[in-house]
Amino acid sequence: MEPRTSPEVGGMGHSLKRKEDPRFIRGKGTYVDDVQLPGMLYLDIVRSPYAHAKIVKIDSSKALAVPGVLAVITGQDLARYNLHWMPTLMSDTQMVLPVEKVMYQAQEVAAVLATSRYAAADGAAAVQVEYDPLPVVVDPHKALEPGAPVLRTDKKDKKDNHIWHWEWGDRAATEREFAGADVKVKQDIYIPRIHVASIETCGCIAHFDKVNDKLTVWMTTQAPHAIRTVFALVAGHVGLAEHKIRIISPDIGGGFGGKVPVYPGYVIAVAASVLTGKPVKWIEDRMENLQADSFARDYHITAELAAKRDGTLTALRIKTLADHGYADAAANPSKFPAGLFHVCTGSYDLKAAHVEVDGAYTNKPPGGIAYRCSFRVTEAVHTIERMADLMAHELGMDPAEFRMKNFVKPEQFPYKSALGWEYDSGNYHGALRKAMDTIGYAELRREQADKRARGQLMGIGISSFTEIVGAGPSKHFDILGLKMFDSCEMRIHPTGKAIARFGTKSQGQGHETTYAQILAEELGIPAKDIQVEEGDTDTAPYGLGTYASRSTPVAGAAAAVAARKIRDKARKIAAHLLEVAEEDLEWEPGKFSVKGAPGKSKTIQDIAFAAYTNHPQGMEAGLEAVSYYDPPNLTYPFGSYICVVDIDTGTGEVKVRRFVAIDDCGNIINPMIVQGQVHGGLTMGLAPALYEEISYDENGNVQGGSFIDYLLPTAVETPKWETGHTVTPSPHHPLGAKGVGESATVGAPAAIANAVVDAMWHLGVRHVDIPITPAKVWKLLRQHGVTD
Amino acid sequence: MRVQLSVNGEKHEADVEPRLLLVHLLRENLRLTGTHIGCDTSHCGACTVLMDGRPVKSCTVFAVQANGRQLMTVEGLEQDDKLHPLQESFMSQHGLQCGYCTPGMLMTGYAFLQKNPKPTEDDIRAAISGNLCRCTGYVNIVKAVQHAAATLAGGA
Repeated sequence: MEPRTSPEVGGMGHSLKRKEDPRFIRGKGTYVDDVQLPGMLYLDIVRSPYAHAKIVKIDSSKALAVPGVLAVITGQDLARYNLHWMPTLMSDTQMVLPVEKVMYQAQEVAAVLATSRYAAADGAAAVQVEYDPLPVVVDPHKALEPGAPVLRTDKKDKKDNHIWHWEWGDRAATEREFAGADVKVKQDIYIPRIHVASIETCGCIAHFDKVNDKLTVWMTTQAPHAIRTVFALVAGHVGLAEHKIRIISPDIGGGFGGKVPVYPGYVIAVAASVLTGKPVKWIEDRMENLQADSFARDYHITAELAAKRDGTLTALRIKTLADHGYADAAANPSKFPAGLFHVCTGSYDLKAAHVEVDGAYTNKPPGGIAYRCSFRVTEAVHTIERMADLMAHELGMDPAEFRMKNFVKPEQFPYKSALGWEYDSGNYHGALRKAMDTIGYAELRREQADKRARGQLMGIGISSFTEIVGAGPSKHFDILGLKMFDSCEMRIHPTGKAIARFGTKSQGQGHETTYAQILAEELGIPAKDIQVEEGDTDTAPYGLGTYASRSTPVAGAAAAVAARKIRDKARKIAAHLLEVAEEDLEWEPGKFSVKGAPGKSKTIQDIAFAAYTNHPQGMEAGLEAVSYYDPPNLTYPFGSYICVVDIDTGTGEVKVRRFVAIDDCGNIINPMIVQGQVHGGLTMGLAPALYEEISYDENGNVQGGSFIDYLLPTAVETPKWETGHTVTPSPHHPLGAKGVGESATVGAPAAIANAVVDAMWHLGVRHVDIPITPAKVWKLLRQHGVTD
Repeated sequence: MRVQLSVNGEKHEADVEPRLLLVHLLRENLRLTGTHIGCDTSHCGACTVLMDGRPVKSCTVFAVQANGRQLMTVEGLEQDDKLHPLQESFMSQHGLQCGYCTPGMLMTGYAFLQKNPKPTEDDIRAAISGNLCRCTGYVNIVKAVQHAAATLAGGA
């Protein structure tokens, strides 16, 4: 799409340089740990070495003798204020600090308040805790067996470890399709527990000002407004009212979903500040971050796919066991305990589908958040894309040809999926064709055949994903009752410059630039003249925050709507200034002209000045608007990825040789930023496909609790991504945009896994769970007769 | 213990505990908060600064080890209100997103280009492999270093 505005205006379609960069490249960003207040105290946390144990005794005497240590806070202390438990976003409960027992290794046990970071750490090391170990439940399957130790003994009537059962779709119709199917494939797929591991960990500075009775919290949060409301609801009984709470989310060093939940450390810091009247800083270290903060995924899936002999897909059936740790602290819309997992029919036109998920408690950290994806969408995409490949191979069809045959066709949009979603727009054939042309698919298949003849293992994997993002329509989408709208409040100053504030919060996505471009597009005011602010609940309009790729679909739409409201008023002022009727005016970005007399015009800057100096009698002065945008539907970005891998038969190492990603996120705001989002997303797709996993031994000891053994890809492992796009606008979004920040994370793992299985299919390999480590591949090769 | 050191050309003296980490001296005593902390195990490189021209991970160096040394942090890249070409290149090539790993990347890249002014892509990837980035996928960071190399060589 050619930009409609000039580069000077910098509306949609321009690769504008980012407004946030000048401070970041000088080291002048302000992240939470950069804030230092006079008299600030530091908090450090004592954590449990056991995965399940009774707390017999906490002895603080040695800690209190450490110079600089002021207090040791325990669950008993918080219990006096009824703050030792807190609600999760899924209406479960989790401990702030324990009174009776700990439920996972690295759980918070006590907190030490001191005058310096070092004294707090010394104090934490000196707290002596006596534990009485309890039986540990690590495997969610075993957790649900009769006779398993019941973990949530705090819940009076709880007699097992089952959290909830949820199902969706037409069970009977699905069973009928399976009964009549020519070909069926079935596969167990485990999508392991991983961690977003943003390079900045989590933390806060809580400052309770006793004189003004006001609590200010600088906090690593993706959703400052919702956090404020949660704090007011949870701590209202100790006198914290919402107008006396200010949450400031300053520059955030990556979020990816991990900075949505409320962690115990935040709550303890707030309690410590309220009690002492001093600012209290809590910054977790990397091991605390990996071992205790919300995890993602951990889905044990059994999937079945049915087809006719000619390759036409008919039905999908999925059963899943979700390991939630000791509390369901997922961050999903309230009505959807398994998130939007039921987008699992993917890009395919199926007759019927049925999906069921059961949640289980285990002795692991709570969570179930997203890892740079909309709620459980990666789990859905990985499942359907692995199953599609399995079916194609089973039928002896080329996986690309098989997909082309079963895709929802362009003319079927808006398309109602077998599980009830209304896909807004798509051209799946176009994206896959472009990916195949870009990578030279036919030639690669010939190369693969040659290599196979010589005993070399090369694989080609496709993933043609459909995402579901931009939550969401208020009819179905809320978090703790808060509807999932988002907002923009724009004010144009007399000299034509402007400020716009939003309910979202960038964590690197570049909102200061892209929102300004949307407003520039709609009003013709240069993007450089528009100041964008987010993350301060005292100034920004209410919104649900940035996650699940919702900023562009929801707040971006709010920006367009607010700008259009301003344009409506500007038209009235222009008519007044030009002494014509409103209908006689026409708009082009930046000015109103009299129809047929293009010389007679008023720029938006002229109009802004008049709004304060010469507005029509009877009209209010000023030029500003606010929009709380309630999206009519979700958006459905899509794409096709093709990956080529070579496998070293001696070591089992998988090398990604090429990776082509064709994305379609509708109309593009800033091509440079969109490409950057895809690069980053692909790397966070590669990471769990080949490297990242947090597992536990039978005693609940965490494996993968530091960067020593939780492997983030470096520049050496990361391939040189090849990207491109098609453009299929969303029909219901004011700008035709869809959101792009997570597409690649969602789509990439299946392409890589499919390529690896494709390389070994002729040997008899049918599946390999991610992360596909050299050890797993080596073992598979040996099992299938490859010995060198 | 008393330490004397030069940071970005300015002399500083401080009384520090022997165990104080260099990164905390820089961030908390000298208030140079551009140097970030991202892990405890020297893996992420967000805390990279130059000590006598060599990149070091300042979370794994004691402040007292910097006694008598010349340090350079991200705040020292801009000279006389003029950005270093590497800083310009990170902006023009979109080599940063959240900005948290950026100071460490810049310092590693700066030291690398002094040693290797005409690097290949593989050279650059190896050079920055001690610095983790979660946002960019590295492609544009590599481009930014290449672009800066060309600018410094007078070719762009």
